[in-house]
Amino acid sequence: MSKVVLKVNNVSKQYRLGQLGTGTISHDLNRWWHLVRGKEDPYLKVGDVNDRTTKGSSEYVWSLKNINFDVYQGDVIGIIGKNGAGKSTLLKILSQVTSPTTGKVKIRGRIAALLEVGTGFHPELTGRENIYLNGAILGMTKPEIKSKFDEIVSFSGVEKYIDTPVKRYSSGMMVRLGFAVAAHLEPEILIVDEVLAVGDAEFQKKCMGKIQNVAGEGRTVLFVSHNMQAMQTICKRGILLKNGQIEDDTDISTCIKKYNGLFTESVIGEISIKDRLSRANSNGNILFTGIQAMNGDRRSWDFRYDEEITIKVECEVRDKCDGMSFYMALLDPLSTDIITNFKTIIKKETPVIGSKIHFDVKIPARTLRVGQFLLYFAIGDKESRKWYDVVDNNINLPALNITSVDMDPHYNIGLFSLPFKIEIND
Amino acid sequence: MNLHETDDSNEPWDLVLEPKNKWYSLRLSELLRFKDLLFLFVRRDFVSVYKQTILGPVWFFIQPIITAITFSIIFGTLAEISTDGVPHILFYMCGITLWNYFSDTLLKTSDTFTANANIFGKVYFPRLIMPLSVVISNLVKLGIQLLLFIIVWIYYYAKGENIHPNSTLILVPFLILLMGILGLAFGIIISSMTTKYRDLKFLISFGVQLLMYGSPIVFPISMVSASYPQLKILLLANPITSIIEAFKYAFLGVGVFNWYYLLYSLAFTIVLFFIGIIVFNKVEKSFTDTV
Repeated sequence: MSKVVLKVNNVSKQYRLGQLGTGTISHDLNRWWHLVRGKEDPYLKVGDVNDRTTKGSSEYVWSLKNINFDVYQGDVIGIIGKNGAGKSTLLKILSQVTSPTTGKVKIRGRIAALLEVGTGFHPELTGRENIYLNGAILGMTKPEIKSKFDEIVSFSGVEKYIDTPVKRYSSGMMVRLGFAVAAHLEPEILIVDEVLAVGDAEFQKKCMGKIQNVAGEGRTVLFVSHNMQAMQTICKRGILLKNGQIEDDTDISTCIKKYNGLFTESVIGEISIKDRLSRANSNGNILFTGIQAMNGDRRSWDFRYDEEITIKVECEVRDKCDGMSFYMALLDPLSTDIITNFKTIIKKETPVIGSKIHFDVKIPARTLRVGQFLLYFAIGDKESRKWYDVVDNNINLPALNITSVDMDPHYNIGLFSLPFKIEIND
Repeated sequence: MNLHETDDSNEPWDLVLEPKNKWYSLRLSELLRFKDLLFLFVRRDFVSVYKQTILGPVWFFIQPIITAITFSIIFGTLAEISTDGVPHILFYMCGITLWNYFSDTLLKTSDTFTANANIFGKVYFPRLIMPLSVVISNLVKLGIQLLLFIIVWIYYYAKGENIHPNSTLILVPFLILLMGILGLAFGIIISSMTTKYRDLKFLISFGVQLLMYGSPIVFPISMVSASYPQLKILLLANPITSIIEAFKYAFLGVGVFNWYYLLYSLAFTIVLFFIGIIVFNKVEKSFTDTV
């Protein structure tokens, strides 16, 4: 049973940057002139790789470039990538909202995309009328909706308001109703974008359950989310996108780890870090210019749990700022939840413009347990009301990797250890 | 990790997404699959417009009556423009009823892409459904207004006014269809052209108004041929002219009914409609990038 239900063949998508205006018409005329003479579109040859952090030289950008993959029946695929990696563009092409600039997508069976919940809801219409309308927009026929109507209503949990215009609904109720309709679609291929980031926890759980059911029924699901935990539970296969290209297409756990920079080389040169930190279009008053984890004189991102870790931070003062505070957090690599954090004032007075500020963050030995920890840094004014620079996931710093040679399992479990104190009173 | 080695299915592909549509492809089967959506949109247009109004659908009646009264005061009484011996109200209502169908359809379909950019950007369904739903919901509106016109018409007929309905009445459904398609064709061409360059948008509303004065709505064609024969050619070049004239002729027995003129309008409509479909097809694929 290995039927390809979706074949993405060399798909690329080009966008024009900036505003469309009078300049566009000259490009259009030029394109048309090339076409008349039987030549290729001149603007298809140009275009930068989509890297948001550096300002490109071309007006055109390839949001996706030469994407190839096959989806087999029953695959549950998580599409992972940082903001701007091309995830949404890919979903838009697959759901026929826009067409590829070059390349082809071939599909077997009915495909339904859920890029948003409650698309086409009309505020004046009642919940009942909107269920029919929204269902039809998503591709269901009237008899199909009718047969599932009661299920949809009870799933949404808004029975009481079903004959009230949706403009009277709370935003949460709208979302519930919208998702309830979408959840009862029965396509062979389902595409789901970040729609789970809405609603309360209970409802989110319900949604996840529904998606898992769909996957369990042997239907094909393509799923985009920043919630790595959800990805991990639902998906089997992962596709990692980076700057509009496929970085990896493998099992989901590997993809997630790779996404979080865990598989990056453990000894990363200072230059590489500096390179990642240099953001040409950043305009903060203070910028991070160097971050390096050390143990004594050893530069590394890998440590034994009984080693002290020193993180050397270097900042450059670019413009006048009101003192300086520093915030740091350690995040769980799968969920990106904060494990622990810390904030302090580095300088109360205004630092000299152009000067470099160095400081060390010390993590005592035996505090972090075995595992991986993503780093998050921010720098702000002394009241930390304003943040000048942030180093988050998008910068792609390596994670701290803590290992242990200790055989005692008590030192290997948990995330970290508090400096407990014992007082013996006998 | 390659879970599956090869594709061992020989089933044909159901759908192939490519950079461009075939220029002629209407994809009727797809339209048919979404017919429920078409009627739900029509319903939505109706239900939503008159919700929270007191008079509700009565507004459908009020519009043409007030317009006809205004016209008969301004053009009939003050300007003394001839109505070929037909009672003023009836003459104007006849023209307005059919004209409104055309202009409403045109105006509402002309912003298909810009007005629905939000929904088109999130979900796919055949884009043509949107303008088609406008044509149909306006058709229902026309039906109601036509009913009103017929009531007024019966009243004057019973009064023994100078009205001569005739056998061309059987052409009325055809005339209505022609008007609808013409409005749709203009509308989708304009909406396709305004996705990238918005300039045309400024032209539409006053262009439609001008077109009304370029069609025999408030004056009979006989008046033009009598006093300005050189303008008659211009008037007849307007494809709407012969449709409106035939419509008036059928109900009132005044005006020009000419098969050749009608044939011209038909040919014009068909050609324009096909141009519209081609342009629309080309634009609908990736308008979300430019709108």
